Order: sequence, then C-alpha cells, then structure tokens
Amino acid sequence: MPVLTESVGRKTLTYLDYVGGLSTQLWAALRAMGTSLPIVGNRYRWKASVDQMLQIGVSALPMVGLMAMCSGFILAMQGASELRRFGAMHYVIDLVAVGFTREMGPLLTAIAVSGRSGSAFAAEIGTMSVTEEIDALRVMAFEPVEFVLAPKYLAALIMVPCLTVASNVCGILAGGIFMFFSTHLSLGLYLHYVLSSIQLRDVISGLIKSLAFATIIVHVGCLEGFRVRGGPDAVGRSTTTAVVKSTFLVIVADVIFTAIFYFTGKH
Amino acid sequence: MAIISIRDLIVEYDGRRVLDRLNLDIEPGETMVLLGGSGSGKSTLLRQILGLERANSGGVFVKGIDITRCSQAELRLVRRSIGVAFQSGALFNSLSVKDNVALALREHTALASSVIDLMVWMNLAAVGLAEFGHLHPQELSGGMKKRAAVARAIALDPEILVFDEPSAGLDPIVAAELDELILLLKRAFQMTVIVVTHELSSAFRIADRIAMLYNGTFLATGTKDEIRNSQHPRIRQFLDRVPDKMGEPSEVAASFGKYLRGEEAGL
Repeated sequence: MPVLTESVGRKTLTYLDYVGGLSTQLWAALRAMGTSLPIVGNRYRWKASVDQMLQIGVSALPMVGLMAMCSGFILAMQGASELRRFGAMHYVIDLVAVGFTREMGPLLTAIAVSGRSGSAFAAEIGTMSVTEEIDALRVMAFEPVEFVLAPKYLAALIMVPCLTVASNVCGILAGGIFMFFSTHLSLGLYLHYVLSSIQLRDVISGLIKSLAFATIIVHVGCLEGFRVRGGPDAVGRSTTTAVVKSTFLVIVADVIFTAIFYFTGKH
Repeated sequence: MAIISIRDLIVEYDGRRVLDRLNLDIEPGETMVLLGGSGSGKSTLLRQILGLERANSGGVFVKGIDITRCSQAELRLVRRSIGVAFQSGALFNSLSVKDNVALALREHTALASSVIDLMVWMNLAAVGLAEFGHLHPQELSGGMKKRAAVARAIALDPEILVFDEPSAGLDPIVAAELDELILLLKRAFQMTVIVVTHELSSAFRIADRIAMLYNGTFLATGTKDEIRNSQHPRIRQFLDRVPDKMGEPSEVAASFGKYLRGEEAGL
C-alpha cells in the first residue's frame, strides 16, 4: 500500500510539474510576444515569425487541404448513406457545413499541425538543448522563450486559424462536389444553402478552438524540446511525446470547448 | 577585490553531493584553470559560475552580485560581461559564422550595421577565420568551430572569458593553436580567463593559477609550480597519469563467481 501511495504521489507531482511548466512557459511567452510583432517589436524576431508562418502555414496548406477534402467526402458520403433512406439528402449540406466549421476543420488542422510542426518544434529545440545552443543563448543574455518560442507562437496564432478557414473551405467544397455528382445540385445553389446553414457563431467557435489548439501544440512541442536531457535518442523521444501529448490535449480541449459552446448555445 | 568569488558552494543532484562546500576567488586579469578528471565536478562548477543552475546553498559572486540569488534582470546584466566558448562550440546552426558573431552585437547594442560588420570581421580575423564568415557551422572543422565560438564569445568585449574544455577532441597541433589564441586574447584584451580542462599540457601552458577538483572538492589551489610540486597523492596520481588500482584477474574472476551465485548485489 505505501508503495502504491508513493507511486500515485510521484506521478501526481510529475503531472503537476508538467502543468506548472506549461503555465510558466505560456506566461513567459505572452510577455515576450511583443518582441515578435512587426514595427513595435524586434525586426529579427518578426523575420523569424514570418519564417515560421511559412513553415507552419504555407507549407502545410496542401496537406491540410487534401485531408479536409478527403474528410469532406467521407462525411458527405456517410451522412448521405443514412439520410437518403429518409429522403433528407439536403441535410447533408448542413451536416458538412456546420460539422466542418464547428468541429472537423479546427480538429483536422490541429492534428495536421501537431504532426508536422509540433514534432518539428520539439526536435529543433531538443537538438538545441543537446548541443548547448539553449545554454549559449542564456549566457549571451538572451531569453530562450523570447528568442525561440515567441516567434513560433505568434506564427501559430496567425496561421492555425488561417489553415482552419482553408480546411473548412476545402471540406465544404468536397461536400459540394459529392452533392453535384449524387444529386446534380449545382455548386452555386450548394454554396447558397451552405451560407444559409452556417451562423457567425459557428465560425467564431471554430476559430476560438483553433487559437486554443495552436497554443497547445506550440507550448507542448517547445516544452518537450526544452526538457530534453541527454543525447540524440532523447530528442527522438521528445518528438514522439510532443505529438502524442499535444494531440491528446487538443482532443481534451475540443471536448471542453464543445461542451462550453453547447451549453452556452442553448440559451 | 576578486571578480568572481565562490563561497561555501554546495550542489546536490538527487541527494548526491556533486560540489561540496567550494571556496575560490578569481582575481581580475588572471587565467584560472579548473583542472580535474571526469566526474570531478568541473562542468557543474562552470554551470554555477555561468548562472545556468541554482546551487543548494552557498553563493557565486560575479562582480559583487550573487548570481545564485539575484533576479533574472541582474543575471542578464552580469552575463553581458561574460563570454563563453562552449566545448562543442554551440554555434547556431541556422546562422552563418558571421551572423553567429554578429548576433549579440545586433541584439544588445545600437550600433549601425556597417560598424557591426566591421567588428565581426575584426573578431573573425582575431581568431583566423576572416575568410570563413559566410560558411555555416556544419561546414567547419572541429578546431574552426571552437575558434568561431571564441570569436562569438569576445564579440561584446567581455571582462570574463570562459572556455569549456577548449582542446577536447582536437589534434595536438590545433589544441596548441587554441592555447596560443587564449594567451593572445588575454594579452590583447586584459580579460579574466577561466578554463575548464583535464588536459595537463594545455593547463600548464595557459594558467596563472590552477584549482584542482576531485570529487566535488578542491584538493589544491595555487600557481602552476605549486600544483606541479604538490605531494598530494591524488594530485600526483593525476599529474603522473597513474591509473586507479584495478583488481587482479584472479580477484575479478572470484568476484564474478560470487555475483553469479547471487552472493553480491552487483559487479
């Protein structure tokens, strides 16, 4: 029994330490974000932010778009296979449009960014830790959070919502293509129905989620990198851990946000 | 007054004492070599001097400021007067050699870019790398990386210059060149130099004073001649390169037999 208690206690402390580390890092990043802004910030940080935007956003666009189109087709086909039986094919449009805007778009984008960029952050910062570059930054009187993390965070906060919008558009377009081939509904009419089924609230809730997901992905990836100790094998482990933890936390956050929007939306 | 004072410094990792009540004064303008074998605590002591880790008790005073207790802002101020050449170089791989050297000048000074370019060229010329500024760190040899790290360390004209294992992994000729470079820099810039090493020839070539570390304590601190003539058995063993006594083959075999029979916890 004492062994069990000790084990539970130790694990609890480890989790608390992790949550504490994430919170401290988030606070430090928010304080340092100003230096990454254009005009008022440091021009080298802004340049780093733009580089990160290209990495996180532009490079990920084809992958996110393709994933969203495939998912849009899947959602439309699965929906149609059931709704056809009730003669309610037109509800496929609502299902795809609302489902993507509120849920699928932000979640698919977050999973793609977590796999591409979250792992890259952990690997980059982990390698910098192993090769003493993080220590070098500290002894050169730089704050690693400001220097390494803040540009990534700013870039993710801008690009993940943009990717989410792109994902929504691709997913909804895929639904339109399916509807055209299955019911001969014109794309113009399809888009008209889409616009009438989506509310501003759906778009905003999806974008709020995407901001939260971006925060989780960047901070988990970077914290895993900063905590790397040892050699190259530790970098590899941190990369895997970053993807697993950030994907898990994204889904948990999604549940929480969906519950909040569901219960607040009732009124 | 000493530029660096270490007072009753104790560092423990997981209850294991790594540095045990160390006291040391380093005078301005002197070259202090921290000499010791593997696991003696040299690197831990260096990390304390650079403020990269917090001590369990005691203090490290750099220019009168206790960096184990001071605020982050004070620590950053102290660090601007310290230049560090890490064992691996710790150059930023994403930047060219020139940009590595220019980094601190760009971030910590308001100098015009033409002046910074000139200073970078001078620093690279001082270490014999004037023609290699455009290269990236991965394109340099081990010795060139260390010299580039020195150029970066002296960029802000620091009062204290720290070298972590400067000759480790280098052939004797390149190692001797680096020793000459350290002596040259000290003569030219009148810096206080701290060198962590286990290389005897290098230590006796560059040191004004030597502090000999063993198992987290100073066995002796003194001039080169005092250390060279010391009769302390551990110092003699280190200087005369005498290996620790290992078991006779028959003793090892007997011990292994006991281990296999479960009479000993481990080898």
